[in-house]
Amino acid sequence: MATPSAAIPATRKRPVAGQLSGADGVAWAVTLFFALLILAVTLALVIQLWNNSAPSREKSGFGFLTSSLWNPVTDQFGALPFIYGTVITAFLALLISVPLGVGAAIYLSELAPTKLSNALTFLVELLAAVPSVIFGLIAIFTLVPLMRSTIEPALKSALGFTPFFTGPAFGVGYLTAGLILSIMTFPYIISVSREALMSVPREQREAALALGATKWESTWDAVLPFARLGIMGSIFLALARALGETMAVTMVIGNDPAIHASLLSPGYTIAAVVANEFTEATGKVYLAALVELGLVLFVLTMIINGLAQLLIVVTTKKGSAKA
Amino acid sequence: MTSRNARRNAVNNVMLSLTAVCAFLTVSTLFLILAYLVYNGGKSINPQFFTNLPVGQGETGGGIANAIVGSAEIVALASVFGLPVGFLAGVYLSEFSGKVLGFLIRYTADLLNGVPSIVIGIFAWALLVVPMHGYSTIAAGFALSLMLVPITARATEQFLQEVPRTMREGALALGASKWRSIATVIVPAARKGIMTGMILGVARISGETAPLLFTALGNQFWNSGLTQPTASLPVVIFNYATAPYEDWHRQAWAAGLVLLGLVLIANISARLIVSRGMSIPK
Amino acid sequence: MKKITITGIAALAAMFAVSAPAQNINAAGATFPDPIYKKWFGEFKAVHSSVAINYQAIGSGGGIKQLTEGTVDFGASDMPMTNEQIAAVKVKPLHFPTVLGGIVLTYNIPGVGTGLKLTPEAVAGIYLGDIKKWNDPKIANENKGVKLPAEDIFVVRRSDGSGTTFVFTDYLQKVSPAWKSKVGANTSVQWPVGVGQAKNDGVAGTIKQTPNSIGYVELTYAATNNLPYADMKNANGKWVKASFDSVTAAAAGSKDLAADFRGSITNAPGDKAWPISSYTWLLIPSQIPDAGKKKAITDFLTWMLTTGQKDAQPLSYAPLPKAVVEAEKKQIASIK
Repeated sequence: MATPSAAIPATRKRPVAGQLSGADGVAWAVTLFFALLILAVTLALVIQLWNNSAPSREKSGFGFLTSSLWNPVTDQFGALPFIYGTVITAFLALLISVPLGVGAAIYLSELAPTKLSNALTFLVELLAAVPSVIFGLIAIFTLVPLMRSTIEPALKSALGFTPFFTGPAFGVGYLTAGLILSIMTFPYIISVSREALMSVPREQREAALALGATKWESTWDAVLPFARLGIMGSIFLALARALGETMAVTMVIGNDPAIHASLLSPGYTIAAVVANEFTEATGKVYLAALVELGLVLFVLTMIINGLAQLLIVVTTKKGSAKA
Repeated sequence: MTSRNARRNAVNNVMLSLTAVCAFLTVSTLFLILAYLVYNGGKSINPQFFTNLPVGQGETGGGIANAIVGSAEIVALASVFGLPVGFLAGVYLSEFSGKVLGFLIRYTADLLNGVPSIVIGIFAWALLVVPMHGYSTIAAGFALSLMLVPITARATEQFLQEVPRTMREGALALGASKWRSIATVIVPAARKGIMTGMILGVARISGETAPLLFTALGNQFWNSGLTQPTASLPVVIFNYATAPYEDWHRQAWAAGLVLLGLVLIANISARLIVSRGMSIPK
Repeated sequence: MKKITITGIAALAAMFAVSAPAQNINAAGATFPDPIYKKWFGEFKAVHSSVAINYQAIGSGGGIKQLTEGTVDFGASDMPMTNEQIAAVKVKPLHFPTVLGGIVLTYNIPGVGTGLKLTPEAVAGIYLGDIKKWNDPKIANENKGVKLPAEDIFVVRRSDGSGTTFVFTDYLQKVSPAWKSKVGANTSVQWPVGVGQAKNDGVAGTIKQTPNSIGYVELTYAATNNLPYADMKNANGKWVKASFDSVTAAAAGSKDLAADFRGSITNAPGDKAWPISSYTWLLIPSQIPDAGKKKAITDFLTWMLTTGQKDAQPLSYAPLPKAVVEAEKKQIASIK
């Protein structure tokens, strides 16, 4: 019979192996094993990426990241066009989804009646569940023709004097990919920003309103600054998602491994080129180059996700490693 | 003074209306997607679609029966591999872990969660497809299970943590050993939330396409075993959407509708089980 | 709850217990012959129900690679393997030609029907990026009477490692010195212009949906989708339409295939020859240890050379010349 003092657990348990006997020890060992499996598998993933990219890393070194030549025939591989495409499409996606998303989050947290807010948030979060290939399917048959026939020509005639909107309007390319990515990132921005806004203490708003601010002014000047870190966290989260997105982008980016200034031109992203060329990359170096691209993407998303988690943890009151 | 106030009021009204517009725009994209799928996919859904095997280019009357079964098998395998691992890891994190190891495991789980699915595909290819000298349902199931583990672990930990301390103390005060209190009191109390996390995780992986490209490959017949390549719903949608045949396009829409329908049903029911504003699994 | 679990497990078990054919063969490779291969493998299974040959069209590059890695039982390619590629495979692969096909330039120009005349220089110019608009004189001069729009040409090419690309670029480097020095021929090249799409399907699909586009696909993809395709000037200077006849003429006019069945018939001599024609090959290992697989594969090859050839013409491919068929039968016997 355990004595009361030993029986009352702290919320964060700290049992050492020696204190657990018999069946409890088994339970501890079993669950520890599976928890360690997560570590083991992730480690294995990094090791596999590192090893399988060795032929390419040895051949190109850091030049891989700066070269823009992708030629499977002469075995020369440079990652720059893909890094460029990945970054540009993600940037475009955020350009559209951050204002829209934060705006929507403000509406949902400050203005909408609770029931409506919950219902709408529920619906927006459902958007996060839509598989990427379905976005791609819809994009091919609806967005691409629309871009080609209406939107891109309009952009060309309005903004064609800048280098960003020149060239033929194909309907596929950086801009279309950015657009579809923005739709896919809405839920992340809205959901997390809304929570960040809702966790700002009521006193902030009331103080501002008491001083005669309009609702907008109170939101903009008193509430948003408090929620700033959480909103930034949501942006990084959305960024990480946009960087790694594969299927929808592959279907609308035009698959051109070169760097173009115009947003209307076709391009390529890391995820798209790996998806397209992996099953047929003949030759050690070619395959290793694709794995190396995967490694680059892994590192990139790891950094961005890390920043996102940090920012979100700091703002939400719920504390460690959740949200 | 009043003109300044009037301006401030105007700004206030405009900006607040804009935010409302933002909210409704973003929500409407979901409805647009659903509408397109229902309209285009609904036209093509018929019994043969579900029972027939695919036919060659340009011919009609094919179906996606093997893709549906293939996807079901892959997701089932992924669940068998991933759910127990995630669940038990979550139990460890919530009930047993110390500070340092706990942080390390949580960090790694979040890291794994954030890995792009294409990179997971590369890993599964290197680990299973190459040594096994072939594409297989197992490799695909393994790849997807890697994505399921962190989601399940976090959900499990989150909901176990929310079990009130009084219940824990009560169980222990009655003389239950630690594992017994976990198994008979704490986990059942968190049952709803954990199941929700599992359902959401399974729904998410069932739509993943990229890892399947390098692990399951594809099959125009029924797959002949777990160590053989198999057709799957997302890959079929991808292939048919990018092809020129009208019939294949129709099937792609219909398959998309089926896939989205399943995913949405899972999501909606999961969230209704735990009806609260839960954060989306990130 | 228990009942649900039990029925669930039973359903799962039932799913896994799919009646497995005695022989499962996995193959991957070219999209060029995919329509006829799918037809063949389906028909063969109907006749030999215990053999299921699962063919995945992922591009010739994919076929060669999967064969080399040993992840498939045999591959398919429109580009004959190079000596280096053959050396890289543990078990030496044998080339088995299956059909002849033609590559056509298919396009989607509003108001323009099939039969646009394109010279070799025009095609090279379009793909080099020198000819940018449809109403360029180099195209218009051959097509007086056709209203060509002053629109940009939307060039489509392959994004994956493609035998179709190899045959096309092989032709281009024969007719255009500029192409030969700038780009060359292979399954994957550094394209000066163009949007990439995967597989013949992807290219045809994009052409179908994109006005003012042009792309190169195997004839059957254009024919089945009612896409217009261009007439071309062949090596003898005559304008030819792509068809079963002109592809057969190309094979007849070329010199014989080498003993190992590798060879190119692009830009073949002959008044009626279609300039972008090619054989396509199955890449079969010369030694197949598994007796069941060996029998299934050799049975299929024999069937393909006899009954299967009938399926070629309806799908716009051309059957193999008789001499090639006879020689292949001897090669089948050499598989250990």
